[in-house]
Amino acid sequence: MTNTAQRLAEIRGDVPPKRHNARTIAALTGNPGCTRRAVLDGAGVDKPRLAERVGFPARFGQSRFAITRGNAFEARVKADGGAELLRLVAERLGVPVPAAASWTDLGGAEDLPDRHERSRAALTAPGDDAALFDHPLLGLAVAGQRVHLEPDLVAARLAGRFHVVEIKSFPVVDGQADPAKVSGAAIQAAVYVLALRELLAEQGRDPELVSHEVVLVCPRDFTNQPVASLVDVRRQLLVLRRQLDRMDRIEDLLARVPAGFTADPTADPATLTAGLSTVEARYAPECLAACELAYFCRQEARERTGAMGRPVREALGGVADVAQVLALAAGERAPEPEQAEAAALLRAAARLRAEALAR
Amino acid sequence: MSTLRALAKAQALAAGVAQPVATVRHVHLSARPLVLVPLAMAGEAHAPLAALVGTAPDDARLLVVPQPRNRDQRFAFVAELAEVVLPYLDSFRGVSEAVPTDRGRDVRYRHVDAPQLLVPNPAGVTFLRLLGRSSRFRHVDGDYPVHPAVPLLGRWLTFFAERAEQPGSSALLAMTEALALHWATGQSAVEDLHLPALLGWIDPPPGLTGAQAAARAEDPTVCPPAGPATDPDFDNRVLAPAIDAYAGAGDDEVARAAAYAELERVLRGQLAPTWELMWRGVGLLAGLPAGARVAGRWDGDKDAFTGYAEHVDSGGGPQPRRDGAVAAARRLHRLERAATSYAVQRAYDDPLVMAEHRLAGEAFVAEVTLADPGRVDDSGKRPVLRPRIQVVTTEPVLVPAGATLCSPVRPAQKAKVVFLTPAEGKTEVVLELSGGMGRGLTAPPGSVPEVGERLCLTTLSDAFLPAGAFPEPEETPWTHGGPPPTIEDVDPE
Repeated sequence: MTNTAQRLAEIRGDVPPKRHNARTIAALTGNPGCTRRAVLDGAGVDKPRLAERVGFPARFGQSRFAITRGNAFEARVKADGGAELLRLVAERLGVPVPAAASWTDLGGAEDLPDRHERSRAALTAPGDDAALFDHPLLGLAVAGQRVHLEPDLVAARLAGRFHVVEIKSFPVVDGQADPAKVSGAAIQAAVYVLALRELLAEQGRDPELVSHEVVLVCPRDFTNQPVASLVDVRRQLLVLRRQLDRMDRIEDLLARVPAGFTADPTADPATLTAGLSTVEARYAPECLAACELAYFCRQEARERTGAMGRPVREALGGVADVAQVLALAAGERAPEPEQAEAAALLRAAARLRAEALAR
Repeated sequence: MSTLRALAKAQALAAGVAQPVATVRHVHLSARPLVLVPLAMAGEAHAPLAALVGTAPDDARLLVVPQPRNRDQRFAFVAELAEVVLPYLDSFRGVSEAVPTDRGRDVRYRHVDAPQLLVPNPAGVTFLRLLGRSSRFRHVDGDYPVHPAVPLLGRWLTFFAERAEQPGSSALLAMTEALALHWATGQSAVEDLHLPALLGWIDPPPGLTGAQAAARAEDPTVCPPAGPATDPDFDNRVLAPAIDAYAGAGDDEVARAAAYAELERVLRGQLAPTWELMWRGVGLLAGLPAGARVAGRWDGDKDAFTGYAEHVDSGGGPQPRRDGAVAAARRLHRLERAATSYAVQRAYDDPLVMAEHRLAGEAFVAEVTLADPGRVDDSGKRPVLRPRIQVVTTEPVLVPAGATLCSPVRPAQKAKVVFLTPAEGKTEVVLELSGGMGRGLTAPPGSVPEVGERLCLTTLSDAFLPAGAFPEPEETPWTHGGPPPTIEDVDPE
């Protein structure tokens, strides 16, 4: 065991590392500057349990109804050996609909190494015929560790190129879908594109065979009829690659973490809280939707202007601390040289606000 | 985010309670608004689950869909909602008022008041928009017939959702947005979307700070979400068994009635807290005096309501799924004009909003030090009254000579900057006035600022913005897709 791996094991505690999935990897791109998150995720810490232990449980429940509906829609789209899916995808890509395509279900078997091998063999086998691969098991290196991804997705090989096909149950009404859901799906699909490209590259094939255009299959309007849309994920790929590279240099991040730091959920809550506060976090309101530890970090960042959102902090001249903002605005504190401009703005704002409220 | 508003947020955090960012109310509040709290079924494409609706705090009608995946029941819900909403809309169609048009040479009629819908949050507006979209094209005959009220309500909901896009309209308001327009909390904009947390900041219960009240409001077991999305935990533990029990009751009337009553009970439990909060929000907004230009904007809502009611009466079709090129350009133009005028009117109505513009260098407050109210400019063909005044301000003046300024107290008057003299710590500005002084060569008393008066001068102008010219749809240029096909776009659903 390397020094780093040992260090990460200490941080994680006496449990196997928590498995990543596309959703957690996608979430990593949300707040790339947060050391706390990078270290905890790099170590594979059980963050939901950790959050509960320190008294700030995460709320990422999923409704049974949503799961049922998602599964039903997926089953419908994949029915008949994917005939409907093939037609939708081919038409959307503007290629002739093949008369037939092979359907390979790579899911099922419990044995991970075997499944991985089967996925690798199936996806890198020579041949350009139209083919659909369901439930491929993919791998990606995250913070020096091999992470297995078991996507509910189909890789479609059409006209010699691979396209990632994601089936989502949020509706597209009159050609428009909820932008937040689309961007979430896009970044998840980008994780799969990256993993698929790595797989091909390992086998000496051209990674560019995997298209950066992913196909999103959603219900149309208020029906159960599927509709396919193309999403270009080049930007998401860039973001993802940058963040994964950063996590690969986890040693650099660990150098900033005090020795003896642990996030082992079985440790004493007071120790955990004290330990966490020694690892720098960068809380932003966006974390609430993406990170299990967000409520803890929010509590900690309460007195910071950034906790009310980046626009608030910027409008306050970048001054980070609320007490400092108020002291500068009241003229009770001499500004640092680089704060001079911000202080003048804050003083003017305070004067105008007081004047308008005094009427 | 303006610095002034951000500072208010910092102050709110330090004080533990939300801080005002407006001194007057900028939205119209109806004496009899229709409050609507909708819930949607998780996972489904905007399938209604339940709603509380009514025009008074003690008059809430609960609507429930016992099996939200059943399409017939969805439209039965819409028909039931129509039983509440359509009579409410009709109640505003009794009395009309005459409005002079064409400079008083003609009159037109509009209803003296208009309906107002209130929902908890922007997601509630989206829900109504999509409920309108899914209903307005339904047919009352053919394969899947619906009650005639369904497509009618669909059009009206679409009308309200479109009004909600128009800045300054109060026809359909999201309570969180209306409150956040007047108060700044110590939390982020994302967290302000949660009505219970927002009200926790604005009006915390005794003994709690805003932050504590907001934190408590985030626990779905204490405070259910304000919809339309439900709490997943509630779905899994409470709602799913209740729906299963209803489905399992089958034809057994007694069991079905019991299961229905149970569904009503649990859904009411999720909706009632939000219902209470909605009326608390109404009360808080009503506590602020209305801005001077609020009534004028509400007249716009009355016009829109009258116009759409007439459109429906005359057998007009439902709103298209998508605007054509000309209609889209017109709509964008209308929204941009409304946004500009709304921003100016809020600043004119409210010194606290004007302060944001002062901070941004778009306005300054100055004292009149010299005034020549009788000055006449006779260099042109006809002599004209052009009084000059000199004002002094300690605020930074960022406007150049030649710029035209306005003052909220005399909106019809323009003040041209003749020259600026910066002195130490202050600026002297000489202004030449025109307009708002009658037609003669002597200014009526009060129409020219007097020495000693404090004036707010701004580059913002509330003057009439002329509408742009657009071609008829049949003359859509080829750059914009050419004329649309003449065949009606039939909904394939």
